[in-house]
Amino acid sequence: MSDQVQFNDQIIIRVENLEHSYGEFKAVDGISFTVKKGEIFSFLGPNGAGKSTAINVLITLLAKQKGNASVAGYDVTKDPQKVRESIGIVFQDITLDRDMTVWEILEFHGRLYNMSREERKERIDELLSLVQLDAKKDERTKNLSGGMKRRLEIARGLMTRPKVLFLDEPTIGLDPQTRMRMWEYIKGVNKEGTTIFLTTHYMDEADQLSDRISIIDQGKIIISGKPWELKNTLGQDLIYMETNDNEAAIRLLKDLPSVREVRTKTKGFVLMVNEDGTKVLPIVIDALRDAGIDSSTINLKKPSMDDVFVFYTGKEIRDEPTGKTAFLTIRTGGR
Amino acid sequence: MPMGFTTIYWRDMIRFVRFKTLLVSSLLQPALWLAFFGIAMSSSFDKLMAGIPVPPGVHVVGYLTFMGAGIIAMTTLFTSLFGGIVILFDKNWGLMREILASPMNRNHIIFGIGLSGVTKSFIQAIIIMVFGILIGAAFFAGFTPVEIFIGIVGILAFVGMFALGFLFLSAAIAISMESPEGLQGVTTLLTMPIFFASNALYPTDAFPEFLKILSVYNPMTLLITGIRYFVIGPDFIALGKHYQYTQSDILISYLGLVIFAALMFVLAWWRFKKAVVT
Repeated sequence: MSDQVQFNDQIIIRVENLEHSYGEFKAVDGISFTVKKGEIFSFLGPNGAGKSTAINVLITLLAKQKGNASVAGYDVTKDPQKVRESIGIVFQDITLDRDMTVWEILEFHGRLYNMSREERKERIDELLSLVQLDAKKDERTKNLSGGMKRRLEIARGLMTRPKVLFLDEPTIGLDPQTRMRMWEYIKGVNKEGTTIFLTTHYMDEADQLSDRISIIDQGKIIISGKPWELKNTLGQDLIYMETNDNEAAIRLLKDLPSVREVRTKTKGFVLMVNEDGTKVLPIVIDALRDAGIDSSTINLKKPSMDDVFVFYTGKEIRDEPTGKTAFLTIRTGGR
Repeated sequence: MPMGFTTIYWRDMIRFVRFKTLLVSSLLQPALWLAFFGIAMSSSFDKLMAGIPVPPGVHVVGYLTFMGAGIIAMTTLFTSLFGGIVILFDKNWGLMREILASPMNRNHIIFGIGLSGVTKSFIQAIIIMVFGILIGAAFFAGFTPVEIFIGIVGILAFVGMFALGFLFLSAAIAISMESPEGLQGVTTLLTMPIFFASNALYPTDAFPEFLKILSVYNPMTLLITGIRYFVIGPDFIALGKHYQYTQSDILISYLGLVIFAALMFVLAWWRFKKAVVT
């Protein structure tokens, strides 16, 4: 008897106090989270945050050291075989044999998972049209573009109709258009009923795709929630200002009723406001003028996932691929 | 499920056929050994041996025929010890993760690689036999068709078991290593004593004591004894030495290879169980 872990029908991945160390270094430091059936759930964090380690424990490639983890109702340590049968995986780097054809890649995978011949044939046809690679069936993978390779890997991950599809950095190294098309595929797959567990260090990717996000940094989950919930924790709007006397300005503005919190930056400061920023801005400007403080730069924007990340981890994620939308800067100098 | 190794086998054979240079060189290499080393050595040795008297009624074989068995064994050794490299490539290119994360039992990887290695060795052994006969080796001389058939089956049985043993060893090394250079180093280190402390190119009687002991338990010697029995016969003279094999000698040799292969499988099984590839 394979002992099914206490299994709430709604919860498909359950992780409790998971820890994993490489020697002295704690890559995963006591994380707990659950993923619900049908969700797209993201781990968002910088490189080296512990995302891949956590995913490797969940997909049974790394032996669990401490804590509990179950996938599709099966404990990763007690029932690794059942876990493997229940999941599909798209690894971080391209893992395709360059000299095998598209068809052979899928056929090999189906055989690895002991699918019957008819089942394999049917599924391969189905998936190739899903990821639009029908025409490339007999092409060797070395002749595919980066996006095609990724699509083929997604098809491979779906080959066995997994309950959960793990995607480790699925769009790393792809150009912006291809990334967006990948997102469409991922959303489509999710709509068909596959739960998706995603790791990414791209803010926009986590924001666009996920039903829920856990921000992970230095092996710990900093905060979890739906994208809009996370952004709302920063208030309704963010106002960035540079003035000729930042300290005085902060002292003055932090007591305004609509200002939730003020954060200092290198050259200026950010006001997180609870109300519509366009309404608050005139009040702020008036207050500064009355106090004789000149503002040189003002900008107003909605909190983005980047802001959420910076706010909770205190650092920026480097290695952003797409020029992330910076503050739209309004020059007010001289007024 | 117990057919999982055929999947690994299928994939490895695709690769074997597709890498044209590897395919051609692996087929050409044994023939070249036989052509150059074999002809060169046999022309000098046969001249040296010409004056030595032989007891009447005993089958005398030339050096080319004698070492032909050694070349089959050597080729099998090289091919098999090197066979694990595909595991290393798979590991380094991340392809092994797909296999290790699948529900397939890891033993099937070992068996699949073993089986494809055996297939390659069979092809090579047959090429050497055919080519050897073409350039004048007296393989199967005086055999009836039935005896020839038995001889070929016997040779393949010996080659197959020996190849399995070294493929398992190679797989065990490969899964434990980080770089192809490492595997190459270990392989080179191993081939030297295994090849030269055997009866591949010369009789072992004149060896110093320790080398003699080494050669007796050397799987290479066991294999070559088997091949010579099946390709030349149980009673012959080569390089002035009278060789006589009984059926139990051959059986013991084969058992030795079976034990060797079993031990190497345990080693590979243990290394694969331990292997963490992320």
